[in-house]
Amino acid sequence: MVLSMKWLSDYVKVDASPKDFSDRMTATGSKVEGFEDLSEKIKNVVVGKILEIEKHPDSDHLQICQMDLGEGEPVQIITGAQNIAVGDLVPVAKHDSYLPDGTHIKKGKLRGLPSNGMLCSLSELGLTQNDFPYAIEDGIFILDEKCEIGQDIKEVLDLDDVVVEFEITPNRPDCLSVIGLAREAAASYNTPLTLNAPKVKGCGDGDKIENYVSVEVMDTDLCPRYTARVVKNIKIEPSPKWLRTRLRNSGIRPINNIVDITNYVCLEYGQPMHAFDYEYLKGGKIIVRRAEKDEKITTLDDVERQLNDKMLVISDAEKAVAIAGVMGGQNSEINENTKTIVFESANFYGPSVRTTSRGVGLRTEASGRYEKGLDAENTLPAIERACELIELLGAGEVVDGIIDVYGKKAAQAEIDFDPEKINRFLGTNIPEQFMLDTFKLLDIKYKNGKLYPPSFRADLLCMQDIAEEVVRIYGYNTIESSKFVAESLVGKRDDRQKYLAEIDNLLVSKGLYEIRTYSFISPKYYDKIRLAQDKRNSIVISNPLGEDTSIMRTTALPGVLEALSNNRRKRVPVCGLYEMAKVYYPKGEDVLPDEFVTTVIACYGSNDTSMFYTLKGYVEELLNFSGVKKYEVSAEKNNETYHPGRCAVFTKDGKVFATIGQLHPKVLDNYGFDLPVFAAEIDTEYLIGIKDTTREYKPLPKFPATTRDLAFVCEKSLEAGTLRRAITKYAGNLLENVEIFDIYTDAKLGDKKSMAYSLTLRSPDKTLSDEDGDKVVKKVLAGLEKEFGVTLRS
Amino acid sequence: MKEKLQALRAQAMEELSAITSSGDQLSKNLEDFKVKYLGKKSELVSVMKGMGALSPEERPIMGQLANEVRTSIETAFNEAKENAAKVELENKLIAETIDVTLPGKQPLMGRPHPISAVQTEIENIFIGLGFEIVDGPEVEYDYYNFTALNIPPEHPARDTQDTFYINANTLLRTQTSSVQIHAMEKKKPPIRMISPGRVYRSDAIDATHSPMFHQVEGLVVDKGITMGDLKGTLELFSRNMFGEDTKIRFRPHHFPFTEPSAEVDVSCFACGGKGCRICKGEGWIEILGAGMVHPDVLRRCDIDPEEYSGFAFGMGIERIVMKKYNIDDMRLLYENDIRFLSQF
Repeated sequence: MVLSMKWLSDYVKVDASPKDFSDRMTATGSKVEGFEDLSEKIKNVVVGKILEIEKHPDSDHLQICQMDLGEGEPVQIITGAQNIAVGDLVPVAKHDSYLPDGTHIKKGKLRGLPSNGMLCSLSELGLTQNDFPYAIEDGIFILDEKCEIGQDIKEVLDLDDVVVEFEITPNRPDCLSVIGLAREAAASYNTPLTLNAPKVKGCGDGDKIENYVSVEVMDTDLCPRYTARVVKNIKIEPSPKWLRTRLRNSGIRPINNIVDITNYVCLEYGQPMHAFDYEYLKGGKIIVRRAEKDEKITTLDDVERQLNDKMLVISDAEKAVAIAGVMGGQNSEINENTKTIVFESANFYGPSVRTTSRGVGLRTEASGRYEKGLDAENTLPAIERACELIELLGAGEVVDGIIDVYGKKAAQAEIDFDPEKINRFLGTNIPEQFMLDTFKLLDIKYKNGKLYPPSFRADLLCMQDIAEEVVRIYGYNTIESSKFVAESLVGKRDDRQKYLAEIDNLLVSKGLYEIRTYSFISPKYYDKIRLAQDKRNSIVISNPLGEDTSIMRTTALPGVLEALSNNRRKRVPVCGLYEMAKVYYPKGEDVLPDEFVTTVIACYGSNDTSMFYTLKGYVEELLNFSGVKKYEVSAEKNNETYHPGRCAVFTKDGKVFATIGQLHPKVLDNYGFDLPVFAAEIDTEYLIGIKDTTREYKPLPKFPATTRDLAFVCEKSLEAGTLRRAITKYAGNLLENVEIFDIYTDAKLGDKKSMAYSLTLRSPDKTLSDEDGDKVVKKVLAGLEKEFGVTLRS
Repeated sequence: MKEKLQALRAQAMEELSAITSSGDQLSKNLEDFKVKYLGKKSELVSVMKGMGALSPEERPIMGQLANEVRTSIETAFNEAKENAAKVELENKLIAETIDVTLPGKQPLMGRPHPISAVQTEIENIFIGLGFEIVDGPEVEYDYYNFTALNIPPEHPARDTQDTFYINANTLLRTQTSSVQIHAMEKKKPPIRMISPGRVYRSDAIDATHSPMFHQVEGLVVDKGITMGDLKGTLELFSRNMFGEDTKIRFRPHHFPFTEPSAEVDVSCFACGGKGCRICKGEGWIEILGAGMVHPDVLRRCDIDPEEYSGFAFGMGIERIVMKKYNIDDMRLLYENDIRFLSQF
């Protein structure tokens, strides 16, 4: 909402600088976005009279003018314009003047002759023909205004206004008007508000509105009130300057007197108005009804709109002539030949206007106001104001009589007034008298301990609403800070949150960067990682910004890989990223999906497979920290995201809860990687369920350990994990730890390999003797030989 | 014998001084010297062996002299050896000198994402104030995101939060305020919680907009909670978050689910309120939306507004991150370029 301060001054006198006014209005709840002093845009431009014109001796098109600028001596100015004559009054930008576009005019020479300024056109003053219809677009603005030679052009053209832009919240549609803001200003400055009830003379010739039109409201729920008046003998012409100026300063383009009046009243009263050309209202009827199923209407903006039976229309005896509260139809638009008009000032049900406006894909000034819920009481004063302006402008004759179809009035809110309760709620000590004064300023009636808000304040329903009214005028910043005294509560993270935070710490300590990627992805991302079809069932956004962000991820891997490849493209040599990410698994229509936490790690940086084992180490450490024991790690050949020979899954009780591997070459290609990339996907949600981070102290060993290093020769296909499990099985309970420390192949070994293990043996009861150790080794060797044909390397 | 002993002493002293002054093969020469003059087969020992041939009167005198000679050689030797060790250590230390101006080696360290870092900071402050941390669903029923918060269907406030819908009843939450409702349904007062998380609005991606961002919601419901308590809490938070001298300012605003409602500014933590680039010359930065929980919202969660009152607040984490680190383009937060991430 753009407010002209000059217009505001019709209703309330505020003596404050634009900055102070803006601050005060913001402090009391009408947020100011900014203000502009229009007069600052033009400087040193005055009215000048052309005394003499002669041709420039060295130019075909330039003319030399001697100008009277009210300075005694004539001033010489050279112009290229041709539409001037001696005696014309024109705007003159003098030496050292400024124009709205920032141009600085200085004296100079044109083809050798001095010129001390510039004669201005409309556009050079930031104006258009809409503002001054008598002027021409391309040429000097020949003034047809009451003015004096040498007078500041801003005064002459009413450019010396200050405009303030407000951000009005949707609960205050009443403030989308000059009167509404005037009321707020009056309350903010505790100063009187002067409102004048509009007065309409009427034509008094015995003609009555009933001779022209009847109004029938078929849907009173969607149209609580419909008020109409008729104006005859219309003379369509430009509005007077004062009205055009006010519209222009409020950001509305002047069109003609009738359209301008509807816009003016809308700005002033906050009540949208419409004018129908009576000639095109068939049968002299206005019917407010729901649209037919397949009805269509071409709106004023020349677009054919498809309607449906939930939308409200204004129709004549035959057809829809307007979409109620949204836009008029072209078929009844006023034009330069219009003789009689019907003014509409109606109240429509906000949610219905909103549905309709969205349904036809058309948001207008009117629909934006209606959907916030307007005051039905306002239709009458607004239409009276429009008719008053008709008479003031001499734009036509107002036919006597008003049609006012007013269904059920909105219920009057009644709120108990308890100043102590308000102060208790706010934590303040606002005097009761201040509260009562504030109610008066805001038009809230007080009677017998009860408050009755005005009809235009449908947002005031309860004590809390009243408390806000009081405290916003009293000053939010007068509220003293306090610390609530209440039952003491322990602030904390719960178990799950703590665990997730620990995982973050662990991964960051490994040199991994935490990243955040979008939860929604493109369905194509699944192709890029070659995800199995049965894992692609995703929540689909019905109105996405684009395909790229249209489904909720079931895996964070593609997002992490996008980030990783982005780093690689920037030539980052080594990079490790992880995201602890929610994934979304659909559970059926109208049931919320499961939102599970997963952890995805991806990294690159070396050309060998060492990173595989680094990643595996991270996962193992995470599991160790989580107290997860008795899990299996096995090769996974069927996950198409990964290299079939370099992928492992971690399983527990048959459930795969982590996958690590080198990305499949085709996946690498899909992301344009030029080196191997390794990734781990961990089902963190599952770990939350089985984790056991409680710890119990184990006594430190009393007796020394003994170690045995053994190099086994076995088939190449025998996996280290299998061998390790077997060693553990055969070694028995003296085995404390077993570590692989070498894998070796050579020609001598042929199709076999050697794997060397270090076994740590310890007894809780005694120091082990050599014989004890040998016994264990013997058992292990015998077992391994029998099970796998493993021999000791000589 | 006396002369012999004295000559021996003179010779030993001379040799010792030669060894120390030359400095070559110092420890070996000293070792040889020790064998030669102080060892079991040293000249001194052989001279002493001739003691038996002396008269009983001469014997103690010569014995004393021999001891004197031995002690003086020994003392000189020990001194020389000690000096030698000192020199040797000095030389060793000099030889081991490194260039301390070479760059330090950074152990490979990861970093939390700046959003996480700030989120954790916010969480820790509120934990200290006795708040618990509550999570809520991101894919949410319309009811929790809107209707329960006094935003019924076709309410104009829905326009200010362009919503991603899954279907007619489910959507991606546009605000963490939805968690208020879950919290109040699950637990009766006293309630003191914050809920950080992702929210979604259909804004095209640009320097200041993202279709996904992060908020922290806060809620306190108890007997006798006042707007002053809201202010006090946010003041405590702001001082801890942005610095001891931080001031806060309330401006009236409208949120359908709080009444009264306020927008909350903090004094600019970059310039302290004088006005700078970060606060756009205002001296204040808008950080929070807040207000007293609307009685209808309480009632809907079966909490009697006559008995209880509460306050709620919400803030955007990205906004704080961007102001705190002077980041001018929101997209950087989701590009995950480690040259960016490593700066925090």
